[in-house]
Amino acid sequence: MRREIPMIVAFVAGVIIILEFFVPALRDVAAGIQNWYLVVVAFAILVGAFNLLRMNYMKIRHRRADWPYSIILIIGLFGMGLTGLIGGIDADTTFDWLFNYFMFPMSSTMFALLAFFVASAAYRAFRARTVDATLLLAAAFIVMLGQVPLGSFWVPSWWPFFLSPAWLKDRIMEIGNTAGQRAILIGASLGVVSTSLRILLGIERSYLGEE
Amino acid sequence: MRSAFLGVVSILALVAAATGQTLRAAEGLNASDTPIDAGGSIDVTWQPSPSEAAGKTPVLGYEVWRAERVTGEYKKVGSVDPGKPSYAFTDNAAENGVTYFYKIRVRNEKMSTDTAPLGPAKASAQWFHPERLNMLIASIALSAFVLYYISQARAGREFFIRRIAGLEAVQEAVGRATEMGKPVLFVPGIADVDDIQTIASLTILGRVATMVAEYDADLLVPCSRSLVMSTAQEVVKEAYLEAGRPDAYQRENIRYLTDDQFGFVAGVDGIMIRDKPAANFYLGTFYAESLILAETGHSIGAIQIAGTAMPSQLPFFIAACDYTLIGEELFAASAYLSREPRLLGSLLGQDWGKVIILVFIILGVFTAFLDQFGVEIFGRSINLAQLFDVR
Amino acid sequence: MKFVLWLADIDRRILFLLIAVAVVVPILAPIGMPVTVTPQSKSIYDEVEALPPGSNVIVSFDYDPATEPEVHPMALSFLRHCFEKQHKVIIMALWPQGAQMAVRALAEVGGDFDLEYGRDYVNLGYKPGGDIVIKSMGSSIWEVFPRDMAGRSTASLPLMAKVQSLNDVALVMDLSAGDPGIPAWVRVGNALYHRKIAGGSTAVSAPQFFPYLQTGQLIGLLGGLKGAAEYETLIKYPGAATRRMDSQSVAHLVIIIFIIFANVSYFISRRHKEGAGAGRAAGPPGTP
Repeated sequence: MRREIPMIVAFVAGVIIILEFFVPALRDVAAGIQNWYLVVVAFAILVGAFNLLRMNYMKIRHRRADWPYSIILIIGLFGMGLTGLIGGIDADTTFDWLFNYFMFPMSSTMFALLAFFVASAAYRAFRARTVDATLLLAAAFIVMLGQVPLGSFWVPSWWPFFLSPAWLKDRIMEIGNTAGQRAILIGASLGVVSTSLRILLGIERSYLGEE
Repeated sequence: MRSAFLGVVSILALVAAATGQTLRAAEGLNASDTPIDAGGSIDVTWQPSPSEAAGKTPVLGYEVWRAERVTGEYKKVGSVDPGKPSYAFTDNAAENGVTYFYKIRVRNEKMSTDTAPLGPAKASAQWFHPERLNMLIASIALSAFVLYYISQARAGREFFIRRIAGLEAVQEAVGRATEMGKPVLFVPGIADVDDIQTIASLTILGRVATMVAEYDADLLVPCSRSLVMSTAQEVVKEAYLEAGRPDAYQRENIRYLTDDQFGFVAGVDGIMIRDKPAANFYLGTFYAESLILAETGHSIGAIQIAGTAMPSQLPFFIAACDYTLIGEELFAASAYLSREPRLLGSLLGQDWGKVIILVFIILGVFTAFLDQFGVEIFGRSINLAQLFDVR
Repeated sequence: MKFVLWLADIDRRILFLLIAVAVVVPILAPIGMPVTVTPQSKSIYDEVEALPPGSNVIVSFDYDPATEPEVHPMALSFLRHCFEKQHKVIIMALWPQGAQMAVRALAEVGGDFDLEYGRDYVNLGYKPGGDIVIKSMGSSIWEVFPRDMAGRSTASLPLMAKVQSLNDVALVMDLSAGDPGIPAWVRVGNALYHRKIAGGSTAVSAPQFFPYLQTGQLIGLLGGLKGAAEYETLIKYPGAATRRMDSQSVAHLVIIIFIIFANVSYFISRRHKEGAGAGRAAGPPGTP
């Protein structure tokens, strides 16, 4: 029953939510399932936190690779959790201070790495080796210039509008980019429908931990 | 006596009219079941009192009163502020199947006037949303295609999948790692195990793990979700068993790092810089960390194969990796490698869904073009776009 | 020739240093280039202007500290605009750290207005569940958020007494850095409940939302730092985004120069190698 019960729950809940879209009378039943989902998701976060704790404890206990970082993780987990529970999470609390002076700079720093990596990736990859690469390069130039004030700053008043980076960038984004994004969106959505159908009908069971 | 009384009333009415003291009732009252809902709701609409438009004495508001019999006891169920060209109120406290009668009371500072009661009105639930018939047909059609082709694949029918360039490089990448005596790194994305890209990625992991086992190389699989780690461990263990190398399987190489996006990428970067894998696979759902991973992988000289259906990350992988499986090539790759009926059938069902969408796009563009010139069919607009509105 | 070959394969740390200089110098010595406003930003501004004062507006904080530089200035400008127009702002978050970002935003903007919590704005905090949270809000916001972030009963707050569900909300502004975010609000908030949805996202995600703009499922989109700077320009309150645009302009220019140098050195070194009879391969297959 370890596999069967989750599959039955997935089937019943999924079918009701889908049917509710077409059958208004099922609104209250669907709302009940949705409320259960919100409760379960909140508990899943708790389960995730316990799991994290357990895994890092095992790492420390068995002295696996990088185990000292697990100590820091556990201190951070309890530190943030307790300060939030005791002092609240509003402005000017200890939790808020920890958030602003620890979480914030660490997250921002990692994201800021992208600025440098974009430069090195662009330098390496944007070379006009083939016709496709040249088109990619030209589009990148136009969008990079058109996206920033610099792209309009140097344009004199007599310059034809259809040659201005900002105008060209807008056309690339509205026509070429939108067409491509729409195609990917349609394909991905069909994939989601197909996978959801397989999960509902129990054909796809990888979420239960088996292949 | 009676005529004297009527005379006094008439004089009073004349005086009141002259001084603007009458308050006329709201007009055009209507009450009906709220359409296309789960029941328990009645829509009440009415037009403003003429006194509101006349503006001699300001109207303070309208009250909605309800009873279960036309001559029964009325109770107030709601109120609406004045100042609108027409009024509507939804009575959400109605019980299904119970008959109600409504009246509207308009108030000013000195008096109030009621409309005549209107009814009966009954709330009821609707069992079908007629404006969503198009979605129902589309959903059934797509599901039918997917299920049909899955059953065909299970029955042993062979389906063609075109060659995918990145897949041919998988063997080359694993071979290269073996020659150099370095490990293979496989990152299955940062989404959980219910994400379709993660499912596709784990399927490919199975095939890569079989190859790694046969070549006697090391496989590192850092995971961002603990469930993904558990599933990946099972997948790799099975693969090693299949390759006849169960002894070579090392569970600790498939690790859970952290759920946090940038914490995870910092951990993976650390693994890359220390262990220096010769072949990196990035297959699954990625967000902003994609470029950080790919650039760090490039800096250590690894051959890199990426695959994702995230439109915003594809450009980074294409720029920084040697091979990229774009969008559905990732799903096709997992079906291609595993030959599993559920994946093959789904892929083909989705492809037929796309064919139908393509046909409708072409028809839609054509009919929208004709619609510009006023072309009609049976007196109605020819534009097919209306067929696909979701209400 | 040696220089050209060196340039073709330059140590990336030199590139990093040049980018750092390109970003830092304009912050220290601003240039002050004017920001041009795009139609997709203007449409959000026009919508907020057109709403009657006192309209209910949901602002969903769906980002984290990593994307603060791009998305947070949008939050500040949008909140400022709503408070100036005396709209009633309902703050919520679908990301765990979004709730704290909202606290920060209110601390930065709130002091400039005479605001009363519960009357002019509320902060309902974080709720996990993505799409399902939005779907449930379509029936009852009170049930999804029975208490606000500080633990007060939602129904007891004067603002929320008149906002029972999404149907009572005039506009939703989703400040999003990923999932759940704009697609969830469009899928559920717009498709099911026909609410007007405006979006603010990182620049890297913005291109994928253009299909929603074209179909009207999104009424407008602020894309990245530029979008934030545009909104600051529209409300005539230049802030962090406008200041940082100079850096972005110079950084883009530097990257363009890198690419030009890279291509020049690539072609020269290729011709040199072909001339020497080496016949270099055109790069790994699969790369454009």
